[in-house]
Amino acid sequence: MKFYGKGLPNLNPKDLLGKLIVVEGADGSGRSTQIRLLTDWLEGHGHATVNVGLKRSTLVSNELATAMQGNILSPITLSLFYATDFADQLENTIVPALKAGFIVLADRYIYTLIARDIVRGGNPEWLFQLYTNIALVPDAVFYLDVAPRFLIERNFQKNASLNYWESGMDIHLSRDIFDSFLKYQRKMKAEYRQLNERFHFEIIRGNRSPRAISLEIQTKIEKLLTE
Amino acid sequence: MGNLTKHICKGRLIAVEGLDGSGKSTQIYLLKRWLELEGYKVFFTEWNSSLLVKKATKKGKKARLLTPTTFSLIHCTDFADRYERQIWPLLCAGYIVLADRYFFTAFARDAVRGCDRQWVMNNYSFATLPDITFYFKLQPQIAINRILDGRPTLKYHEAGMDLNLAADPYESFAIFQGRINDEYSKMAKKFNFQVINAGRSAEEQQKLVRKVVSEQIDLPAFKLRVRGRL
Repeated sequence: MKFYGKGLPNLNPKDLLGKLIVVEGADGSGRSTQIRLLTDWLEGHGHATVNVGLKRSTLVSNELATAMQGNILSPITLSLFYATDFADQLENTIVPALKAGFIVLADRYIYTLIARDIVRGGNPEWLFQLYTNIALVPDAVFYLDVAPRFLIERNFQKNASLNYWESGMDIHLSRDIFDSFLKYQRKMKAEYRQLNERFHFEIIRGNRSPRAISLEIQTKIEKLLTE
Repeated sequence: MGNLTKHICKGRLIAVEGLDGSGKSTQIYLLKRWLELEGYKVFFTEWNSSLLVKKATKKGKKARLLTPTTFSLIHCTDFADRYERQIWPLLCAGYIVLADRYFFTAFARDAVRGCDRQWVMNNYSFATLPDITFYFKLQPQIAINRILDGRPTLKYHEAGMDLNLAADPYESFAIFQGRINDEYSKMAKKFNFQVINAGRSAEEQQKLVRKVVSEQIDLPAFKLRVRGRL
């Protein structure tokens, strides 16, 4: 494996024997369903698998949760809080698992973190430097591409409501959450398209049955594992 | 990117840097008292003191969960919180902001811990360079002795124990401080530090600090104007 940038202190990426597979996509794009199906499939085939996601670090996840409750943190502080959360999981979960030869399935990675902040007016170069210096280049990134109007339907089916942050209500695109969600998700989609130029995702058409999507991803992972 | 620039706000930013035990906190306290008593608009901020972030840092340090990378990022988060909510708005509002340690502390410590210098500098590049940075220079051995005289038990990270420099905390602390001192020396020229000989008496140092401040900052412009009665 390799790093995008200079990497982490005291770590030789050659020691990382496992595979890092990332699933990216908006809320309601079916990420967690796909991760579940992939975990079953991989474990069924005898591959030790570890799941990671955002906001799950021991170090700062509680503080992040508190911060999300109110407008406690300013934008750069929030970016850095997320970066800390990411780095903590990278070093304490992802790297050890990869060293042990596990397959790590990441529910979102640096791309979502970067896209969110750019949409919120963050400086792209600053964000690229912040994350790419420390992040490992995944073996594959599957981006579940779903049109915002379908995302809305899926979010309503799941929760009968739209999430404040996933609707971008904090950046005041509209007072109406429905309207804001569509606007925000369109911006996010445009941003992922930009990021794709730089990071090269496998774009997966997300508006299909979970089985069909999973089969497509499985075929691609199979190729990766036999390489 | 990663280039540090200086603000064009009405306010002024004064930072103090130096080893633990160099006496910089005493000096900035005396500077603050003087400016306050003279009736200037002053705000004081301290390294690693943002309430929310501090909780996480404390937990991380206690459980020794921190790696050089997360150590760097969590301190940067703490700094950003104070910067975005206080330092920057107060500079815009025309305050004299006094910072007990600024991003140079991170540059020194994180480099010693093995983080990439360019990366660390980029992470902090949202913040302005100070108008004046006082560097309280002291031979590491004297600084170490001052600390060890007053506080016999050294904290894990303070002693740089996470770097496995030595099994003995005192020895580790000495090596760690020596390396930080080297980093400061390298930065002194590049960032135009006002070097103060911290081996001199506190009174002498403070006299010099006040002289530099009154020479480089047009203090009368920072008088707190109170309307009404008089």
